[in-house]
This record gives sequence, structure tokens and C-alpha cells, in this order.
Amino acid sequence: MSNRNIFCLLVVLALTATAADLAKQSDPKQTGSTKGRNTVSETAHYGLGRSAIAADFARHNYLVGPKGTGLPKGRGTAKEGGTIYAQSCAACHGLHGEGSNNYPPLVGGQGSLKSDNPLPTVGSYWPYATTVWDYINRAMPYQNPGTLKPDEVYALTAYLLTLNGIVSENSELNERTLPGVKMPNRDGFVPDPRPDVK
Amino acid sequence: MRVSKCHHINRREFIALSTAGLGALVISPAVARELGDGRRPYGERSPFEHASRSFGTSSTPGTGSSRTPLQDLCGTITPSSLHFERHHSGVPKIDPNAHELLLDGLVQRPLVFTLKDLRRFPSVSRIHFIECAGNSGREHEGRPGETVQKSHGLLSNSEWTGVPLKTVLDEAGLKRAARWIVAEGADASRLSRSLPLEKALDDVLLAYGQNGEALRPEQGYPLRLIVPGWEGNVNIKWVDRIRVTDEAFMTRDEAASYTDLMPDGKSRWFTFAMEAKSVITRPSGEQVLDGHGSYEISGLAWSGRGRIKRVEVSTDNGKTWADAHIDGPVLPKAATRFSLPWKWDGGEVALQSRCTDETGYVQPTREQLIAVRGLHPGPDGFNHYNGIKTWFVHKDGKVSHV
Repeated sequence: MSNRNIFCLLVVLALTATAADLAKQSDPKQTGSTKGRNTVSETAHYGLGRSAIAADFARHNYLVGPKGTGLPKGRGTAKEGGTIYAQSCAACHGLHGEGSNNYPPLVGGQGSLKSDNPLPTVGSYWPYATTVWDYINRAMPYQNPGTLKPDEVYALTAYLLTLNGIVSENSELNERTLPGVKMPNRDGFVPDPRPDVK
Repeated sequence: MRVSKCHHINRREFIALSTAGLGALVISPAVARELGDGRRPYGERSPFEHASRSFGTSSTPGTGSSRTPLQDLCGTITPSSLHFERHHSGVPKIDPNAHELLLDGLVQRPLVFTLKDLRRFPSVSRIHFIECAGNSGREHEGRPGETVQKSHGLLSNSEWTGVPLKTVLDEAGLKRAARWIVAEGADASRLSRSLPLEKALDDVLLAYGQNGEALRPEQGYPLRLIVPGWEGNVNIKWVDRIRVTDEAFMTRDEAASYTDLMPDGKSRWFTFAMEAKSVITRPSGEQVLDGHGSYEISGLAWSGRGRIKRVEVSTDNGKTWADAHIDGPVLPKAATRFSLPWKWDGGEVALQSRCTDETGYVQPTREQLIAVRGLHPGPDGFNHYNGIKTWFVHKDGKVSHV
């Protein structure tokens, strides 16, 4: 190829590359952001699905992470929780959280995990208080899940933690204080070591 | 024809007479055969077939499990109506036209998909087992199941059709900080689990098909996750939300339940994989052999870590082993049928099977497992038990557990 032809070829290649970049940026599904260059893909390949809107997020607003991500604004005391518990929880979980028949105990067993009769409960076993909040909020009461308001869930969580001696009786829990509660079995978990048989 | 006093019939007369005689015997039928049933839009099995899932009574019928009758099945595919169940708040009735999947969190474009959208993506069909983490928990405990349905019935194997989750995650575009996904189901208790992104991008499916038709409601209609080889609980049914995150969300079902208490008081968590396991389904507990002679010992083997490489059968309680025949094709993270021709001479026999998977891992005995994991039940009893199971053939042909 002559030098002139090589030059023309290089110019064409450069222009093609620039055109491709411009096309990507004007794609309606492209964010136009230069951040996150190492993502799996920058363009939507199929153009399927619609963009999520606020109403979509509001519809399923249950996820609560261990650092408190997702906890809604709200507060509750153990005393308030006790009243709700007596009405909505005691029938299955027992007057003092001792459990009954089908339904697991919520209280007790601390320090028993190494013994011959371990009793894993919310107090003795669960590593995160945020899990307690998340689970009550999404799944309880068993017959009518999803009916408790955030304040009620804070109150119930506070009550359960009080029953287990983890927070003091006049504690108020809210979205700022709940993640800071350290559960007794917080360090009781290890990652999967399997295969483990000799 | 010359007729004489003693009439000798000639050949022609003989044939004519014989035919008339036979005709007299054949012409009047005793009973007409009945015409069969007509065609029908959705088939049912014969009324002579009764294999069914088993479950106990409960004050909370929506919560609990039902077990596959492994002893009654052949091949590898579990009929959809007999796939085991495990629910935490019952089976929801979902309108597929209203169901949507929200994909949000650490993505470039939070998206909402309808089922029609998801069916437009390139699809795959894969045969995979699903096994409950708690399957065979009683074997660990020392209260072995009397039948294979009781001891191993939380195990089923189906062909799942759907779109690879990776395809859909790519559609949304992942942000650099993404490390996990958290999936939620639309059941009453909105069961949720976190999965490492590496697995989500590997072989996880967003499935809408089960054995050629739509998922059954008990298996997650209209949409579920299939997480090949991992404990049943993470295969979220009725999935309607996937959030991409930078951490595990520590939901109840991973940071309380589905953890495994060890003798030192610590608990293993995020114990995802179901390890290699096998069991003889015929002859098995409460079956009866029809006398001495030839039988086929038959069973299933599976591994959450890949393909089954070898299955061995013992007829002397584990003293000696013979290689069983494996019915191919052998697929990864799928139940595999093995068999061994056997002659029963009427004596007492203790039958066992033992499998090896492609990683070289050999199915252990109960003693080996307990030596490491102890006998303290965790919050949901014993999980991930995969020990060798023994069936005992008595002199009268009855088969029992040991």
C-alpha cells in the first residue's frame, strides 16, 4: 500500500471509531456516564424491559441490610412492643417468647450453643438485629404478613431484644440506633469449609 | 360322483363340510369390545396409578414440605405434579399478566420486566435437580426414614427453561461495586436470599418453564430462580425483585435459618452447595420382593458440584462394592439413574449405594459426617446430610430401613 493510501485508511478508521462512540452516547438506553467503565456491559443489547420508576420501588420496599440500608424512618420502645406482642404474637410464640407447638421460641438459650442441648433463638443465635426487623416486617404476623407499620416493627424488635436482655427495657429503637445493636452471637458464624469429611 | 352304499366323501366334500363346521363355531361372538374414552385437552394418568407426594397434617398447611415418591419413579425426570414442595407461607396465586420483575440496585439502568419481556430474551433449557438443604436430616439425627420417600423425598429433577440471569443483568448493566444479588419472592412472607454475583453470572436461570410447560404454582409460577446445585431455598420461587448489592443482606433465611451448628458452638453460613449423594430407590423401604430370582437394583445419584462420575453398589453392608451401570447422558448438577442386575437367593441382604462426582469427592458414611459435624441440631435441624443409606432385605422379601 502506498503511504497516501495508508494515510487514508487510518483516517477512515479514526472517523469510524469516533462515529461509533457518538452513536453509543446517543443510544437512549446508554447512561452517557464515563464512570463504571469496567462494567459487564454498557449498552442494553436487547432493549427489553422498561425503566423503573418510583412507584416500582415503593411497591416492594422490604429489603433491609446489616448496616441498616433500607430501614425506614420510625421508632418504637420495648413497652409499646409488649402491647403489640401480647395482641399479635403471643398466641403462637408464647406469652414470654418461649414458643409453642409449631412455632419457634424467640427468647433464651444464650450460651447454650456449645452444650449438649443447644437452643438457637433470636437472642442466642441471630447475628444481626436488622434481620429481626426485616423478618418481622416482611413475614409477621404469620397469618397477616405485611400489616405492621414501621413504628410497630421497631417496637416489637425492641421488645424482643429486651426479653433477651440485649437492650435495656426503656430503650427506644429507630433507624439510626437499630443497626448499632450488637447481638450476642454476632461472631458465631464461619464460612463454608466443605468438603469436610475425612 | 358315483354314490355307493357306504358313502365315501371325496376331498371336495370334506373341505366344504369342514368349513361349514368351523364357520358354525366362529360366527357368534360372546361379548363385543367397548370403544375407549374420547380425547381430552389435558391428560391424566391411569386410574390404576397412585404415586403421590406425602406430607403431614399441620395447623399451618401452607408452611412445610411434601415429598416426592422416589420409589415409584423411573428414569430421571420427576413428573411436575410430583415435584417436592417446601413453602414458608403457602403457594400464592399469581396472574402472569400482572407479574413483573424489578431489577435494581447497583445497575446502570434499573429495569422492570414482564413475563412477555423475559420470554423474548434468548432462552436455554437445562436439566437440574433441586434438593432441600434439610433433605435426609432425620438420617443425620439417627431417626432414619422408613421409606426412600421419607428419607430422601425432598429431591426432584426437572428440565427448566428460561433466560440466563447473566443476560438480564447485562441488560441492566452492572456497576463496578456490584458483589451480590438479593432476590425476593412474591409469596406472603416475601422469602429473600442473597447470592454471590459470581454465581449469578455463572449458571443461574430466570426460569418460566418446567418440563416443557409453564412452572407449576408449587414450583414458583410464573417465574423463579434456578441456582444449579445449590440448596433449594436459594432457588427463589415467584421471584419479583432482584437487587444488585455490594454485600449480603443477611436475611432470616441465611443469617438464622439454613445455617449449620457445629460441635464447637460456631455455625457455618452460606453453605450453598448440595454435595454428591445417591440412594437406591428399588428395592427400598416397605417394598416387597416377589420371590427369589432376578431383579434390577436401581437408584439416583446427584451432585451440586458437577457430574456424577461413578456409582457403586454393595450387597454386603458396605464390605465390598461393585460398579453400577450409569444411564447416560450424565449431566452436571442433575439426577442420574444407576442400576445393577442382581439375583436374590432369599438370604438377608444389606444394600447400599455410594457415588463419586467429577471433583473426586466420594459420598461419605453417616459416621464420617458425624465425626466432623457432630449431633447438635441447628435452628432447622440438620442440613446438608448426604450419607450412604442402607436398605435391608429380609428372608420374606420385605425391605426395611436400618
